[in-house]
Amino acid sequence: MKGLTALKPVRFAAYALFAVVLLALPSVLGSNYLTRVAVTCGIYICLSLGLNIVVGFCGLLDLGYVAFYAIGAYTYALLASPQFGIHLPWLAVLPLCALVPAFFGVLLGTPTLRLRGDYLAIVTLGFGEIVRLFILNMDSVTNGPKGIANIDTVEILGVSFNTPTRYYYLVLFFALVFVIAISRLGRSRVGRAWGAIREDEVAAKAMGLNTHSLKLRAFAMGASFAGIAGLLFAGFQTFVSPESFTFGESIIIFCMITLGGMGSIPGAILGSVVLVVLPEVLRPVADYRYLLYGFLLIIVMTMRPQGLWPSKQRRRELTERSEP
Amino acid sequence: MQTLLQQIVNGLVLGSLYALVALGYTMVYGLLQLFNFAHGELFMTGAYFALFALTAVGATTVGPVIVVVGALLLAFIAAGLGSALLGTATERFAYRPIANAPRIAALISVLGVSIVLQNAVMLIAGRRNKTFPQLISDGKVVIAGVQITYTQIFIIAFSVLLMLSLLYFVKRTVFGMSIRAVAENRDAARLMGINVMRVIQLVFLIGPALGGMAGVMFGMYYGTIFFTMGFVIGIKAFTAAVVGGIGSIEGAVLGGLLLGLLESIGAGYLPALSFGLLGSEYRDIFTFVVLISVLVFKPEGILGTRKYGKKRL
Repeated sequence: MKGLTALKPVRFAAYALFAVVLLALPSVLGSNYLTRVAVTCGIYICLSLGLNIVVGFCGLLDLGYVAFYAIGAYTYALLASPQFGIHLPWLAVLPLCALVPAFFGVLLGTPTLRLRGDYLAIVTLGFGEIVRLFILNMDSVTNGPKGIANIDTVEILGVSFNTPTRYYYLVLFFALVFVIAISRLGRSRVGRAWGAIREDEVAAKAMGLNTHSLKLRAFAMGASFAGIAGLLFAGFQTFVSPESFTFGESIIIFCMITLGGMGSIPGAILGSVVLVVLPEVLRPVADYRYLLYGFLLIIVMTMRPQGLWPSKQRRRELTERSEP
Repeated sequence: MQTLLQQIVNGLVLGSLYALVALGYTMVYGLLQLFNFAHGELFMTGAYFALFALTAVGATTVGPVIVVVGALLLAFIAAGLGSALLGTATERFAYRPIANAPRIAALISVLGVSIVLQNAVMLIAGRRNKTFPQLISDGKVVIAGVQITYTQIFIIAFSVLLMLSLLYFVKRTVFGMSIRAVAENRDAARLMGINVMRVIQLVFLIGPALGGMAGVMFGMYYGTIFFTMGFVIGIKAFTAAVVGGIGSIEGAVLGGLLLGLLESIGAGYLPALSFGLLGSEYRDIFTFVVLISVLVFKPEGILGTRKYGKKRL
């Protein structure tokens, strides 16, 4: 609602400072290891922003989100690696990595989005497993559990993003585009319609909204964001295997937006950064990671369902008592 | 023909397990319209509770009849009590505080419980598969060329017993009547003086107890248990509950048996059905295809009422 001109000077200064910090981050961090952590943060931010559309904006419980991440990553891996000897330029694969997952999203969503929310949760969970099973078993295409190695490093118009620092700027660019796109999307006509569906589907329908098509759009859009995150992941690791796309991964992304606050963009960013950095700090107790995540979900939901950095609207919905 | 009969027997055994777990889903769902993610894990913890109890008393080999009966009793009581306790804790700590919040909050919260249970078991008992002690001698009966092991006979008989007791409990006792009343209309039930919270607690106790015992039978049948086994069984049992008609107790039993049969018979034909594209390693996909088709074409299931199947509008 507010344009750039309406920014108060303090706010503008804060944004400017933030931008400088982000741009200078690789040189501040110094080591390659820390820059790699920052890149991982960025990829997860892209992922959680995408899931935020589906869960946070539209209120659909998607537990198989990682499937779209996997589809995006494998799309790049198959089209730019020695696996089949195809080496398409990165910019040509980019739109595919958004479209292919979106296609699968529509395919899955068309029959299932008519159902009640908790059915959707279980169906998407099943879908996530199906995709992983296929990747695992289709040896001839995906190379099975061994995965696909030696994926081409990212090269855009002659510039090669082959160091963590360079890759950081690439991911930063995408994360910024995502943030801007999603915050504008949230305020758009479609975004407000999603909010209406989340709050009261019956009322939304009564107001003449085509809820099914709108939900499908949220699903497809979330899927393409995940696909692009997958592309970024595959290009960064230059290696993909089914191990990176388990149900646990879906849970982690889910935790990120739950912790940060569903439907909140700063919340999704904060959640991603916390849950990427925390395991790095807590390496000695790595086995307890998922246990902690489980407790985190319970505690956040029972104590502070709106998350750490909630959107105002969502906080009201989640804390005010509704139907008994 | 003989292979088919054999697969039917195997399918019925598998189906009984699905049915027992599905009962827990369907009861909670009928009452709260909540998909209890933690239920699959309570199936798994049941098997582990039994394993711990059996190891503690050293009952790890088949002995004389009295020992067999003792070991079975111990295993099932440990599993039933342990899982019932965890089920109650789930209700108390993950569901009750947010009973009135939007359903997505409760769903995420029980999902958290499921992750906690799975990882707690992994940390306590280890990542590796555990051998489950043999409780019943490995003899078998051969009828018309079909081999039925004693364990299979026991599983079917005991499951039927459990299901009949549950049916009696729900249909004939005053507790059961209050469960049905709350499922029908919570507010009206409250006005009639039924303690709704007690009923919810009761359901979070019975379902997990049955699920935990099914976990023991899984261990007896396959001989190994592992900390992730609740995940797949949970999805399958949920599918069974949906196929039969969620909210319906008879439906859960029917759906469980059907799914077991379908899986056991269907997996063998999978390569033929898919023109050799998919081997039987894709058998789990069967469940999802069934689930999605039922949800699309007949969401209320076989015996369910429109109330749950249809989107509540």
